[in-house]
Amino acid sequence: MKNSKYLPLLATFVVFVLAYIICVSVFPNMLSTRVAGNLLTDNAFLGITAVGMTFVILSGGIDLSVGSVIAFTGVFLSVILRDTSIHPLVAFAMVLVLTTAFGAAMGGVIFFLEMPPFIVTLAGMFLARGISYLLTTDSVPINHPFYSTLQDIYFLMPGGGRLTLIAIIMLVVFAVGIVIAQRTRFGTYVYALGGNLTSAQLMGVPVAKTTIGIYALSGFLAGLSGIVFSLYTSAGYSLAAVGVELDAIAAVVIGGTLLTGGYGFVAGTFLGICIQGLIQTYIVFDGTLSSWWTKIVIGLLLFGFIALQRGLMWMSERSARNMRHASAAQPSSA
Amino acid sequence: MAVPTIVRERTPQLVVLAVILALNGIISPGFFSIEIQNDRLYGSLIDVLNRGAPVTLLAIGMTLVIATKGIDLSVGAVMAIVGAVAASLITSGYSLPATLAGSLFVGLACGVWNGALVALLDIQPIIATLILMVAGRGIAQLITEGVILTFNDKPELIFVGSGSFLNLPMPVIIWIIVAILAILVVRRSALGLLIEAIGVNRRASTLSGVNSRVILLAVYAASGLCSAIAGVIAAADIKGADANNAGLWLEMDAILAVVIGGTSLLGGRFSLVGSLMGAMIIQSLNTGILLAGFPPEFNLIIKAAIILIILIVQSPASQAAMANFRANRQTVAVKTESREHAAR
Repeated sequence: MKNSKYLPLLATFVVFVLAYIICVSVFPNMLSTRVAGNLLTDNAFLGITAVGMTFVILSGGIDLSVGSVIAFTGVFLSVILRDTSIHPLVAFAMVLVLTTAFGAAMGGVIFFLEMPPFIVTLAGMFLARGISYLLTTDSVPINHPFYSTLQDIYFLMPGGGRLTLIAIIMLVVFAVGIVIAQRTRFGTYVYALGGNLTSAQLMGVPVAKTTIGIYALSGFLAGLSGIVFSLYTSAGYSLAAVGVELDAIAAVVIGGTLLTGGYGFVAGTFLGICIQGLIQTYIVFDGTLSSWWTKIVIGLLLFGFIALQRGLMWMSERSARNMRHASAAQPSSA
Repeated sequence: MAVPTIVRERTPQLVVLAVILALNGIISPGFFSIEIQNDRLYGSLIDVLNRGAPVTLLAIGMTLVIATKGIDLSVGAVMAIVGAVAASLITSGYSLPATLAGSLFVGLACGVWNGALVALLDIQPIIATLILMVAGRGIAQLITEGVILTFNDKPELIFVGSGSFLNLPMPVIIWIIVAILAILVVRRSALGLLIEAIGVNRRASTLSGVNSRVILLAVYAASGLCSAIAGVIAAADIKGADANNAGLWLEMDAILAVVIGGTSLLGGRFSLVGSLMGAMIIQSLNTGILLAGFPPEFNLIIKAAIILIILIVQSPASQAAMANFRANRQTVAVKTESREHAAR
């Protein structure tokens, strides 16, 4: 059991290493910190929201609203910075409070109305996207001087690669996410909820608080991801980030997290993001392949990992049955 | 007593539909006028029926899937794939029957793929169909080679999307035929009952002799077929296959139509007629918002509000509260009655 717990993570790691070897053997230039830095910068917003999605999926739920929340954050920031003289940092705080409350409200509806997270967060997705449409349907540029200051912050890696501020934010979020999942009571509760809701309840896990906390965390990270996205694009657009929720779910699954909840690691999600980034980078380097191959390859990877998870579950069920048979047979032989 | 059961069961949906249509009539006075031009009926009501065709078709398949406690997220992507297949077949010189057969076969194959993942590999439906949802648009673009394939010079295929027969637009005729066929198949045989049994408790129905694997496979295949028909209509309507936008977000509309129609997402009892009404409610809302001059962006907020209301009504918690309330009232009534008896 201990080994099969780590097997999906191991499989993800092997796929990542293989993919990297293939990439480097075709394009030796990909083995540089410049490429690595760009990969992290380009996928920073996806990575941040994928951490929140990991917690949601670990608890056995799903959050379809994150893409819309990212778009809402961008639109909110751009409109506020255009129409008022509020400092961006204050605007950041405001939007994070809003998105966290939004996530908490969805968590509350899921728990108190006992409805599937899928349909509740679907309503959240419509609502967030609709509100950002109401704010503006135009793409609003952000040209606040503070934004350019933030965009110019980077850490020069050996080899000339730039680790930008938003890439650093993503790495910090992953580090904090790993600590929360593995080293805090809240993290244990999340795993317990995903493992078995009823037994978690019987063991005294505060289900209401944890459920609301999980979706609030996902809302907070989606808001942070929206801030990073607005730094990345320097604009707010209500049609932005369509389908990001699917990319985030795909990263979580490719990262080896079980979609039924209970098993998985935040670190695996990081590998999932890197694999998606590698596919995109490969396509950019190749130049003749079209971008739709990204979707097809991600679909194939999704299938591969889901099939692997099924296989593992079958194997563990069978070995459990065998053990039961063996222990049932023992008394008669003894 | 003369009220048919179907009307009595679907009263909430009928009332909502009537209210929305009446509001539309107030907003735009010409809403209910229907006239015949060039041997075809024209008017806002006909437009609602016509524009609602893709969602209605998707909702038929989705109802059956949701009744088995499943969900099919891939319908929009399958529409894109099938549209691409239809456009590329007709532009490379195949006849209309061959094109239609090829397109429907591809849709069926997509449905069987989903069904195999759910029924044979026992993968959760939302995840199993997510694979095709993510990869589907990529596959569609692979077929169209990244361009919007147009077929302006193929009147036979365009006829499916904008032609008319017996004064009715073709999409309307197609969805009505598909709906009647589906209702006959599931309600004139035991199939509907078996589907509901799987939705209520798959293990129990398997143990009592229902071949749940075959039925699950068939349900997802039916959903794929419905998506294929919707995909052909959508492509024929715009005279081209747009791999990026064909059927975009329609899976959400289809699920919403089913839920509005009174089928629970938790599986079990389903109503195809309810889903058809749900689809019509969504389409009349869309048309109404356009007629009122609101930006179409309002659609999303209104849909979110509808989902929230339905959630509150359908949720086990509030239903328990309702049952409790009714029971309390009854006991109060009984008590007062007995007190009156005692007084006498």
